Amino acid sequence: MLPIISVSGLSKTYASGFQALKNVDLEIRRGEIFALLGPNGAGKTTLIGTVCGLVRPSKGEIRVDGHDIAAEYRATRSLIGLVPQELTTDAFESPWGTVSFSRGLFGKPPNPAHIEKVLRELSLWDKKDSKIITLSGGMKRRLMIAKALSHEPRVLFLDEPSAGVDVELRRDMWQLVRSLREGGVTIILTTHYIEEAEEMADRIGVINKGEIVLVEDKAELMRKLGRKRLALQLQSPLERIPPLLSRYNLELAADGCEMIYTYDAKADRDGIAALLRDLAGSGIAFKDLHTTQSSLEDIFVDLVSDRQ
Amino acid sequence: MNIHAISAIYRFEMARTRRTLMQSIVSPVISTSLYFVVFGAAIGSRIQHVEGVSYGAFIVPGLIMLSLLTQSISNASFGIYFPKFTGTIYELLSAPVSYLEIVLSYVGAAATKSMVLGLIILATAALFVPLRIEHPLWMILFLVLTAVTFSLFGFIIGIWADGFEKLQLIPLLIVTPLTFLGGSFYSIRMLPPLWQTVTLFNPVVYLISGFRWSFYGLADVSVGVSLGMTLAFLAASLAVVAWIFRTGYRLRT
Ligand SMILES: Nc1ncnc2c1ncn2[C@@H]1O[C@H](COP(=O)(O)OP(=O)(O)O)[C@@H](O)[C@H]1O
Ligand SMILES: [Mg+2]
Repeated sequence: MLPIISVSGLSKTYASGFQALKNVDLEIRRGEIFALLGPNGAGKTTLIGTVCGLVRPSKGEIRVDGHDIAAEYRATRSLIGLVPQELTTDAFESPWGTVSFSRGLFGKPPNPAHIEKVLRELSLWDKKDSKIITLSGGMKRRLMIAKALSHEPRVLFLDEPSAGVDVELRRDMWQLVRSLREGGVTIILTTHYIEEAEEMADRIGVINKGEIVLVEDKAELMRKLGRKRLALQLQSPLERIPPLLSRYNLELAADGCEMIYTYDAKADRDGIAALLRDLAGSGIAFKDLHTTQSSLEDIFVDLVSDRQ
Repeated sequence: MNIHAISAIYRFEMARTRRTLMQSIVSPVISTSLYFVVFGAAIGSRIQHVEGVSYGAFIVPGLIMLSLLTQSISNASFGIYFPKFTGTIYELLSAPVSYLEIVLSYVGAAATKSMVLGLIILATAALFVPLRIEHPLWMILFLVLTAVTFSLFGFIIGIWADGFEKLQLIPLLIVTPLTFLGGSFYSIRMLPPLWQTVTLFNPVVYLISGFRWSFYGLADVSVGVSLGMTLAFLAASLAVVAWIFRTGYRLRT
């Protein structure tokens, strides 16, 4: 199926000469939740900005639903809703007024029923006629989401949606994102919190210093994550793994003083017990042991530090 | 054409006027009335007639022009500068809106406001002095052309400005002095010959002269020249706006 967004060879050099994106290739699948994960300054906002029309690409091509973002900007922008990172709203308008304004701006005829639905979904209905300046920070953020949904977009960008957001609002927001996805909306969110990507996304792309360093199904990443590592400090060094133990995924380290066992924590739950029995059977004694689990964080740090 | 967008922006801008009614309408009316009282009453008691028109009536077109220019510039520059300042411009830039539509809606709203204001001042003036408008269609033409041209000019300033000082700078340092020196309150024929020549380099002279001609048939320069100059400013402003949008100047990074 045609990807909903395809970015190819995209580079962005700002007027300052700083290169914020370097030859980025990325495809977003229709109807998925995609998390763009990367440290501050990685280029997440720049990437979103180029797709949405806020930033002019220096090089490369971007298509949204098959349309070129420059030549057919009306088609592409009508499909997209953007919730930017910063809280920026008018002060003296009402939520009703500003959400209706957004809908008009995106070329849609008035539809009070839809505006009402969006405001209700975001728990802003009570406040629909208040001045925006009187709303709390959380309400303003929900209002920005409401504006982005006013024109029934097929793609929703959420730039750092949980920055400065309390737990409850975050939960409601994820609920909404999931229900949007059920309605066929593609969602792209950026974050520098790994848990957020882990909790929400179908696929995760890691960006660092303007380069996409990895794009993977979350399930696949989680499988890698699920791998555990058991390190045994041996009493006396071994030259090689005894044949009796060859069925285990074992390596020797620290000049044979350490034996490393890598296993899938979910699949071979009883692997350790068997290994320890077989170790005793082979007459191998150990002084100490510890297990570690590679987290998405480790994978991320590995990826990011590889590039430095 | 994204008609819904044009209408949304236009209505948003007009709503801003209603919210700031005091600042947008009432204060120019009061200040114009003050001009009227000070210049009309104080000076008018010494200069009874200028070329057959009572001094009070003579200054009305100039007063209207003065607020038309300053209000067009400030409305349009503020209208586009403010979203840049608060950051809400992200929405405009990510919307399926062409540059032409942006200009039509912002400039259209600013020009509407200043024309309404001009007509309010006209009505206010009619309370003070007997008015006559010999060429009403020309009057409307000059009103519309001037409002549109200077709203475009204000729009350019709003895009160029990256702070509130810059927003005020050009109106304060250039437009207001040129308007005062452009024959709002006198006929340039009342000046010594050297100053008459110097004054002809002031573009505002042509606007005021043409506008006053539409009222009383009196002009410092011929009405054709006035119209030509007005159209030339319009063309220049349009050219700059087109350049801004071709280059994305100060709107898109
Ligand atoms: N307008 C700009 N001019 C120059 N550099 C910029 C501009 N906007 C962003 N940058 C730089 O580009 C890099 C990427 O920024 P950004 O896309 O905002 O990163 P992220 O959203 O991942 O934190 C940063 O180093 C930032 O300083
Ligand atoms: Mg960012």
